[in-house]
Amino acid sequence: MKKASILMILGAGLLLSLFVFPLWNVTLIAPQYPAPGLGMDIYINGIESVKEGDLQNIDLMNHYIGMKYLPKPGEMWEFDVFPKVVGAMSILGIILGFIGFTGKIKPNVFLGWLILMSVLGILGMYDFNAWLLDYGSDLDPNAIMKYVDANGNPMTYKPPLFGHKKMLNFDTYSYPGLGGYLLGLGLVLVFLSYLVGQASLKKKK
Amino acid sequence: MKQIIRLLCVGVAMAAFTACSPGGANGKSSSSNGSRSGSAAEKVYVAPGEHDEYYGFLSGGFDGQISVYGIPSGRLFKTIGVFSQIPMNGYGYTEETKPMFETSFGFVPWDDLHHPDISQTNGELDGRWIFANANNTPRVARISLEDFETEEIIEIPNSAGNHSSAFVTENTEYVVAGTRFSVPIPQRDMPINEYKGNFKGTLSMISVDQDSGDMDLAFQILMPGFNYDLGHPGRDSSHGWFFFTTYNTEEAYSLQEVNSSQNDKDFIAAVNWKKAEEYFKAGKGKVVPTKYRHNKFDVNTHTATSTEKTEVTILDASELPGMVYFIPTPKSPHGVDVDPSGEYIIGNGKLSANLTVHSFSKIMDAIENEKFEGEAYGIPILSFDDVLAGVVEQPGLGPLHTEFDGQGNAYTTFFVSSEVVKWELGTWEVKDRKDAYYSPGHLVIPGGNSRKPDGKYMVVMNKITKDRFLPVGPELAHAAQLFDITGEKMELLLDFPTVAEPHYAAMIHADKIKNKTREIYRLSENQHPRAVKNATETKVVRDGKNVHVYMSMIRSHFTPDNIEGIKVGDKVYFHITNLEQDFDLPHGFAIIGNNNAEMLIMPGQTETLTWEPKDVGVWPFYCTDFCSALHQEMGGYIRVSPEDSDIELSWGLDGEMVSE
Repeated sequence: MKKASILMILGAGLLLSLFVFPLWNVTLIAPQYPAPGLGMDIYINGIESVKEGDLQNIDLMNHYIGMKYLPKPGEMWEFDVFPKVVGAMSILGIILGFIGFTGKIKPNVFLGWLILMSVLGILGMYDFNAWLLDYGSDLDPNAIMKYVDANGNPMTYKPPLFGHKKMLNFDTYSYPGLGGYLLGLGLVLVFLSYLVGQASLKKKK
Repeated sequence: MKQIIRLLCVGVAMAAFTACSPGGANGKSSSSNGSRSGSAAEKVYVAPGEHDEYYGFLSGGFDGQISVYGIPSGRLFKTIGVFSQIPMNGYGYTEETKPMFETSFGFVPWDDLHHPDISQTNGELDGRWIFANANNTPRVARISLEDFETEEIIEIPNSAGNHSSAFVTENTEYVVAGTRFSVPIPQRDMPINEYKGNFKGTLSMISVDQDSGDMDLAFQILMPGFNYDLGHPGRDSSHGWFFFTTYNTEEAYSLQEVNSSQNDKDFIAAVNWKKAEEYFKAGKGKVVPTKYRHNKFDVNTHTATSTEKTEVTILDASELPGMVYFIPTPKSPHGVDVDPSGEYIIGNGKLSANLTVHSFSKIMDAIENEKFEGEAYGIPILSFDDVLAGVVEQPGLGPLHTEFDGQGNAYTTFFVSSEVVKWELGTWEVKDRKDAYYSPGHLVIPGGNSRKPDGKYMVVMNKITKDRFLPVGPELAHAAQLFDITGEKMELLLDFPTVAEPHYAAMIHADKIKNKTREIYRLSENQHPRAVKNATETKVVRDGKNVHVYMSMIRSHFTPDNIEGIKVGDKVYFHITNLEQDFDLPHGFAIIGNNNAEMLIMPGQTETLTWEPKDVGVWPFYCTDFCSALHQEMGGYIRVSPEDSDIELSWGLDGEMVSE
């Protein structure tokens, strides 16, 4: 159970990296913006430019097609709630890990934490996707440029949740940031802690 | 007799050469350079999207600017306004940049820029700044290699024809400015024919602040009334000395082409500037009243200021011993060049058949042993034979300038025989010669005047173009020729046209500059007193007949873009801030009938242009730089009412007008 506890503490502790590193990154590349293009790093408490001025320039590009400005901290409840949830879950996980040293809890509790965290994560992704959808399709009716797709429907500009999408002159790439990868690694470690804990439990028997 | 035969042979050979291939080097370079692989075309081809290996900064001569080229491609990247107004971007027309052109003669919006020189540290190009001289109204400029813009211009008093300038010592301690034309000092009303003994020259030492680059006219050395043609600082072993060529030691003042060419030898003046500095610090100089301007551009306020200076310290070379020595040099020497070791001082005697090389260590010996053969105006003259290192015999006709490759070779241009000649230091043997098209002046090798030349390419700048390019009427671009100098023989790679008349140039490896160049000015650091940081700060303020418009610009509109209440007879100041923070997103501003220029405003910058409406009407203004897909829509209107109208001043965007 000692090894499992260490893994649990490490795994839950890795969540704290989200306070330092971005969860997600969206990069826009166009003829006017050759690589590295324009980039936004999405942190749990706000969106930041990858290069100086990127957010202003994304907003300037987007105003032509009637998209809203990127939200600043305080303009989206998520940037208040996400840090609290992540912080609380991390601390809870670390406490559980320490309790694990005493042998008073079973590995199933670690699994329970993992399931709860996964559910919260999926809800977070769902919410993020909903924002992307709104950001990309709730367009100003007086937009300067209005394009229609091949079927004659008004074009929307929802960036992909994951992967690449071509939109007008822009190639949009959406992938986890370093914080996102560390979060994934943390969840894997917690799952390992459950497995290791189970194995040591069996050994005892 | 032998020499005459050799000269004749060269002449005949060259006649044959030009006769068989009028107009071109086609085929020549390949036939003479079988040893090296790769065609000339491959060597100068920089594929689309790729970058050149070197920056080339070619002076614009009578154009007063410096143009920036890529080497080896010969592609033109930018023209930097230095001593000439540039109506294209408003340099010298905007209220912020007008002070850069102030002189003791008033506003001088033009000059003749000859010699750019890149700052050095330990005798090596460091890519911080370029210094350049104005030949006509004596000035020295400093250009930032972060912005590629002129940051400072200092006027040189007691000078006329600031030609032996703006060369830097090996730690950029000083930039030098020597006068080509001697004049009465101080200037006064006197007969021209009393020139002899009464006219004087000055050599000015301008100190450079190592952090900010700020220049200061430290002191001037008062010299006899000769013409100080070119200068070169000592390098390495001769660091602490400066060498100047002189001509017109005859002190002629009329029909100079004949009367200044009578002496068999003129002088190279060897100036111990460290000694001069000691005299200066010891208070041996005379502080005399004078008048000159010092103009500085502040990158945070985006504004230049001009300050009048009223005195200068003069050290008299005739009175202070050990500071200046004369080295006899045949004949009307033009360029004086010092090899990377500092030992050899090459006097390019433009009317001489030979190239003379002086030895620095022998000069030091002669000075130590006080072996002088006479004096001129109290300045000791060394003996030609005592300090001679060697002579390059009959290398060509009309030598002008020499640069070095760091491999023990020197390269000299010959104006009259129109060629560049490679010869070896120490043996004084000619190793190769190539035609130049036509009549070369300066040549440049990256770091070729420093302690550490980068001997890969050489650019030769020619004074005569004739048939090299498609004809375009009587006025032609000057031609430059790029050579590969890595092999035993020089290989001509490329001919390219240049802006105006390049004299000297400076070349530097791109790695020393390209990663520190500026992309934008941070709006948060903009300290212009009339800047607006966002559109809500914009306003229009009347102050008598002056109307100040505080305007912003961002893709793709001006704020405000409608202004009413302007009257005929007003002077309208457009203070415009570009709110963009994106690389390569300048906006332009132009208004109908403006009597000065347009202006380009870089991201984060504030600039001011004035406009004096003469007629009642509604007049448009617009963005001149195709900034975005909605560029054509980026414009606005100004309503101009009669002088006695009582229409209130108001302004706005998108139909929402506000007033004072």
